[in-house]
Amino acid sequence: MAIEVRIPTILRTYTGGERAVESSGSSVAELIDSLESAHPGIKDRLVEDGADGPAVRRFVNIYVDDEDIRFTGALATELSESSTVVILPAVAGG
Amino acid sequence: MKYANLIESVGGTPLVGLPTLSPTPDVRLWAKLEDQNPTGSIKDRAALAMIEAAEAEGRLTPGCTILEPTSGNTGISMAMVAKLRGYRMVCVMPENTSEERRQLLRMWGAEIIPSPAAGGSNEAVRVAKGIAAENPDWVMLYQYGNPANAGAHYSGTGPEILADLPEVTHFVGGLGTTGTLMGVGRFFREHQPGVRIVAAEPRYGELVYGLRNLDEGFVPELYDESLIDARFSVGPRDAVRRVRELIESEGIFAGISTGAILHAALAQAAKSVKAGERADIVFVVCDGGWKYLSTGAYEGTLDEAEDALDGQLWA
Repeated sequence: MAIEVRIPTILRTYTGGERAVESSGSSVAELIDSLESAHPGIKDRLVEDGADGPAVRRFVNIYVDDEDIRFTGALATELSESSTVVILPAVAGG
Repeated sequence: MKYANLIESVGGTPLVGLPTLSPTPDVRLWAKLEDQNPTGSIKDRAALAMIEAAEAEGRLTPGCTILEPTSGNTGISMAMVAKLRGYRMVCVMPENTSEERRQLLRMWGAEIIPSPAAGGSNEAVRVAKGIAAENPDWVMLYQYGNPANAGAHYSGTGPEILADLPEVTHFVGGLGTTGTLMGVGRFFREHQPGVRIVAAEPRYGELVYGLRNLDEGFVPELYDESLIDARFSVGPRDAVRRVRELIESEGIFAGISTGAILHAALAQAAKSVKAGERADIVFVVCDGGWKYLSTGAYEGTLDEAEDALDGQLWA
């Protein structure tokens, strides 16, 4: 199943300049592994080893259907065929 | 109501029901009208609290210069308080903010140092930190890390909501400095822990995320993930659609970031209806639409508005 993943400008060096790529997986963790196979190096920019195992890097936000995965099960967040995944760097407001 | 001066009138804003947008009699939406603060935005609360805290600590004395990185609203609020309390105000503001915000800052006597559009507020923070290092006698209140920012909502916004609506079940606010959500969130965690705290974060165009590398990302020092329960990213199209819906159905003329917050609030309302649960959802009207008329958000089709907002710091 193909899930659209939107890639931020600073990570497009890994996707040959593509703004969005298709990938697959039943969870965000699986999706990132498939991304890594197609675009080697990208996983290390998204995920780091935390105290409780792999975690999304501090300055990276990953959204599934517009919701931040840190509040929906983190990397274990489930995906469906209609999911849209957006990756963005953390920015300030105010 | 009568106040001795303008500053004393900050806070104490109305909470109004939204009979048309509320989906059912059991799932109701309420708007906290923060646009009714003196400069027309919720930032008056944080600006006043940060300045008063610095005065109490002796960091700010008459004649001092205040420096602040801001996309506009906090700067406007600080400039208002600074004018009345006798401080000079210098704002570092990204170039891609609305012209109205710059005019208002100048009207309240602030000086503006522009920062590059690419990188948005992250870049303004970086530039301001450099200027602060060169001017050690200037006082940077630094809204992203100043506990008084969240404190204003812990002692003001949160208690006001609970007093007006003891049956509140959800609070939905905008995520920028995180001050509103951290303050209101901590208040409810301590006083009515069943209230769910929902964050709506604006999703800008690519220019704003144009960082050189991921290590230049920014998470405000105030941010504590444990104080919120859900976080939604809302793009300009949904924000504009909702801001138009809010004026069309309830007569409330709000700024674009409020549209993003309403979008998250309506999503929550739909979830509550589906789950068959009672909900009283309070969301923040951060400011009115006046400062954003030139952005193109209030005219033409949604496509045109979306194009016009691309690259702008619209929240």
